[in-house]
Formats: sequence, C-alpha cells, structure tokens
Amino acid sequence: MKIYRVNMSNLSFTQEEVPEEWRLLGGRGLTSAIVAKEVDPTCNPLGSKNKLVFAPGLFAGTMVANSGRLSVGAKSPLTGGIKESNAGGTAAQRFAKLGVKALIVEGIPEEDKWYCIHVHKDGVEIKEETELLGKGNYEVIHTMTARYGENTGVMTIGQAGEYKLSTANISVKDPKGHIRSAGRGGLGAVMGSKRIKFITLDDNDGAGIEMKDKEKFKDAARIFNKALLEHPVSGDALPKYGTNVLVNILNEAGGLPTKNFRMGRFDGAEKICGEKMYDTIVSRNGDPTHGCHVGCIIRCSQTYNDKDGKYLTAGFEYETIWGFGAGCLVDDLDIIARIDQMCDDIGLDTIDTAGTMMVAMEAGLLPWGDGEGIIKFVEEIKEGSHLGRILGNGPNFTGKAFGVTRIPTVKGQTIPAYDPRAVKGIGVTYATTTMGADHTAGYAVATNILKVGGNIDPLNKEGQIELSRNLQIATASIDSSGLCLFVAFAVLDSEPASHAIIDMVNAQYGTNWSVEDWFDLGRSVLKTEIAFNKAAGFTSKDDRLPEFVAESIPPHDAVWDITNEELDQVLQF
Amino acid sequence: MQVDVKLFASLREGRFESEKAELENQSRVIDVIKKYNIPLEEVHICLVDGRDADTEHVLQDGNTVSLFPPVGGA
Repeated sequence: MKIYRVNMSNLSFTQEEVPEEWRLLGGRGLTSAIVAKEVDPTCNPLGSKNKLVFAPGLFAGTMVANSGRLSVGAKSPLTGGIKESNAGGTAAQRFAKLGVKALIVEGIPEEDKWYCIHVHKDGVEIKEETELLGKGNYEVIHTMTARYGENTGVMTIGQAGEYKLSTANISVKDPKGHIRSAGRGGLGAVMGSKRIKFITLDDNDGAGIEMKDKEKFKDAARIFNKALLEHPVSGDALPKYGTNVLVNILNEAGGLPTKNFRMGRFDGAEKICGEKMYDTIVSRNGDPTHGCHVGCIIRCSQTYNDKDGKYLTAGFEYETIWGFGAGCLVDDLDIIARIDQMCDDIGLDTIDTAGTMMVAMEAGLLPWGDGEGIIKFVEEIKEGSHLGRILGNGPNFTGKAFGVTRIPTVKGQTIPAYDPRAVKGIGVTYATTTMGADHTAGYAVATNILKVGGNIDPLNKEGQIELSRNLQIATASIDSSGLCLFVAFAVLDSEPASHAIIDMVNAQYGTNWSVEDWFDLGRSVLKTEIAFNKAAGFTSKDDRLPEFVAESIPPHDAVWDITNEELDQVLQF
Repeated sequence: MQVDVKLFASLREGRFESEKAELENQSRVIDVIKKYNIPLEEVHICLVDGRDADTEHVLQDGNTVSLFPPVGGA
C-alpha cells in the first residue's frame, strides 16, 4: 500500500511509502493521525494549510461484509476542530484495490482555475475542469459514469462546496449511481477551497490489498457475516424499514425533538414514519432495500419514488426526515423527499440544513411547517444568493444574522434526532465528542432506547457517562476498520462477532491483538483528536449543550441534570 | 380497565396500528402481548406511557402500551 499525496499549489503528485506509525491505521484512525500530524490546529480551515485526507478502512477490499466505508478528514470549517466524516459508496474499495492507503490533498491552486483528479493504477492526473462547474452532484456522477464507464468511483461536491459553505458535504456515488454523503462538518467546503470539483477512481488492474493469512481471515469473516444476518436488527429490521423506523420509537419514548427541541413528540409522526415510508415505497414500485456499497448485507438504504412512480431520492434517512419533519413541523414525506434530493444534489448536510431551517423559522423568516418554503430556501442556497450564503453556513451563522438565540448546536454542529434531555446517554456524547454534536460518535441511543448491548434508562442520568465513553472508544475503533457502524448492533450483542473482528485484524495484518488492543486503537484515536482540538483552542466550555436544555421537555418533563464536572469525566481514560 | 395498545414495525403485520383493549384489573404487559398472539421473542421494546417497562409491569386504566420488535438505525 502507498500514501498518495496531491499538492494543489504546484499541481503535483507523489507516492510515498506508508510510515510504520500508520501501518495499522485505517479510516478515521488514519485520517485523524494525518490531520493531527500535518495540519496546524490554528489554521484557517479554508486556507492553504488545511489538508483533506481520504482513507479506506483497515478491512477495505476484503470479503468481510459491510467493510467498504470511506473516511474523509480535515480541520472542519463548521466546528473549527478535527473532523472525520464517513460514507458508503464506490470510493473506499477502489482506493484499497489500487493499493492507496490514504490520499492526502494539500495546498491551494495559485491560479483561479478549478480542477478534477483522476486516480488509476499508474497514479493520479490533475486536470483543469470547466464543464461541470456550477453543476449538481447527480450531473457530475452521470457525466463521469458515461465518460469512464459504470465501474468508476466518483467523489464530488455540488454548488455548496464550490461556494465553500460550512454545511457542504462530499458526495460519493453508490453502486446504482445514487448518492451517499460524507456529511458532517463542511468537508465539501475544504474540497472547494482547494478548487477540486470531483475525484474519479478507476481501479482496473489495481494491485489489490495485502492479506497475510487469507484462510484465517475467511474463517473469521464467515462468523462475522453470519452474526450480521442473524441479528434481528441488522438482519431484518434495517433491511426492511431502514433507519426511519426510529421516528415512531423516539416519538413514543418522548425523545423526538419537535419544533426546534421544544417537545419530545410530534403530532405528524405517523405521516413521516418508517412504516409509512415502507408502504409508500412499495406502492410506488420503489426499492425498499439495497446496500450503499458492494458487500453490504444490511442494506438499510432504499429508493423512494414520487407519486408518479419516478425516482425521487435514495438513502432517505431518519435524521433527514426527523430534521425537516418533526424539527420544522413538516408532515409531508413527499416534500421532505424532495428536500433530501435537493440536498444530495447541491451537496448539503441534511442535519445541519434542517437545523438551519429550524433557526430560520425561529427568526420568523418562514412559518413553522412550511415545507414549500424550505424548498425555496434550499434553492436560494443553490443559487448562492446572499440569503443562501447565510443559510448555507449553518445554524450558528444564521442565528447570529437574525438575532436568534435558541440554536441547537454543539461546537457549531447541529444536534441530531434525539433530544438530549430525554435520551441522556446521547446528550453526553453530543457534548463531549471531538466531532461536535454527533450521534454516530457514541450512539448511546442503542442502549438507552433500542435495548441493544444492554438497557440503561434514557431519562435517568445514571450510567450515561460510562456508556458514552465506552461507545465513543468502541466507535473510534470501528470507524478505523471501514466497517459500517450498523455492524455494532450485532457486535454489541454477540461475543463471537466482536472476537471475529480481532481475528480478522490479526489474519490480515499479522498482528497478535487482543480485545484490549482493539479498544486501545479507539482510545488512541480519541486522544489524537482531543489533543488537536485542545491545540486548536477548545476548552471544556466547548463540551456543553446549548442553554435551552435547562428547560424541561414534554411529555416526560425531562431535564438535563448532568453536571459540567460529570461531562468533563467522559474523555478521561 | 382500558388501555391503548400501539404496535409498530413488523408487529403491525396481520394486526393493527392502535386499538383500545379491555383488560382485567391488574393485567400486565405480558397479558397484552398474549391477547394479540404476539410471540414473546418478537417483542423487544415495551413502553408504558412512553417509559421503559418489562413484561411483568402492572398496567393501570388509561395507560398507553407501545410495543416494538428489535429495531435499529442512526
């Protein structure tokens, strides 16, 4: 494997040997290590000193299921801290097959031109790009597929990344030509700051991955794959209902943040829930289950057609539906699907865009529940109007412009679809993770609400500090492996599955890791990130929830009663 | 006594979304599960009035019982 380094200041490409310190890193572990080593923590994230790092996971390109996640890392223009964002799609496995352990993009072009990058078995070409500037992600994907063939990986930014908006994501083509997103933290803006519109990957005749003991790996992978299929969440519920099944659970539990985190239940929940979405997809001949990358057996994604049976969007997630739905009081799933499609095409993170629309409604710019109004505002973002540029920079920026103080963010990033007062474990994660308010960084919802990996009362502070800490550590390890986080549902409940992960690492890399070594990987990734953020200027005051959590939230009159001292204990290990 | 019973995801198949159930006093969550012929292993999450409850939880008139199979997401 090699490190590929592209310098946009002089438009050069070099290949490097993998240093020993990075040999046993992949995914988030590798992107965070590289960012921490090579990026000045005090730099301007849109300036020439930031770097954009792409890394497949440790298991990318192997035959274990669900191992094709891509990690993208940089200093975030949204949070001002270290960021790793990950996505499915067609990139990670192609990097792996090409023998690329990480692609590091540095510098900023000297001339006022835009570029695209083509990665193939002999190296990298940096070409000037004019044709697709100003176009949406779907058009980039279609054009590149036509130009290079179906078997091409594509990573692209839409107009949002070109405008360097803090909510801009990086989109990855999925095997059907739809869109997956490295969503959070504005990494699309970093790619735009380097004036790269898209990156294509041709892995034909790639050298392939390294694998020390293929038979041992296969044995462990079989156990792991079987556990995924047999667990009811990864084997049944996620394939059928996708993530949107969570609307009704959170609604019943009183933790579905409604009207910008004022209530824990939404009257329109039945109109936007996973059950309704499944029925709608089936009745309109959509596809209720497909995977986001080759080798995914969980297949939580789906395609959602409009009422004429035409493709509208894919990868239609709980977070998106919650945010524009309960968060903004919109109860029309077709309108939310249209918004999802627009965000995918423009390249906007849906959670932060939804948070921004909540703030816009607080400001009186839009009536609550005005889905068509949200569509118009998203079009403003696409046009790059002055209002669009305000909105596209996220809830803090928009709130400041319009005098709003009720802003649901931590470290500038929007709080996702679980109220911290009613689901206290996730509240602890939101406050303390290095990533800003991020539900995937330590998904305590699994144990608080879904009864996976244990059962800890979401309304009671007891056990939540430890729960969040342990999940943050375990997640950092999984994020380094390239495994989809949804394997955790099976792994948390199955010792054979978690042991199989260690066996696979040892078989592929010739290590002799124990379970403790696997968690040490996660700890070391977090320590690297914590140190970067500290050097970037973060202190414990940044590990806090917004002021409004002092209010109680119905239906349970839940309050945020975890102390600052307790929060400061989470990342002590 | 009467409770509101709400079923979700795959538990709705062949049954209903929500229904009012007449029950004997001192009925427990398990009695609701049996009443609707739901195999016990299919029920993973039980909420009574939105709070976690186990199958032995004794119900009161006017409670809402929400039942879910194993589900996940993010």
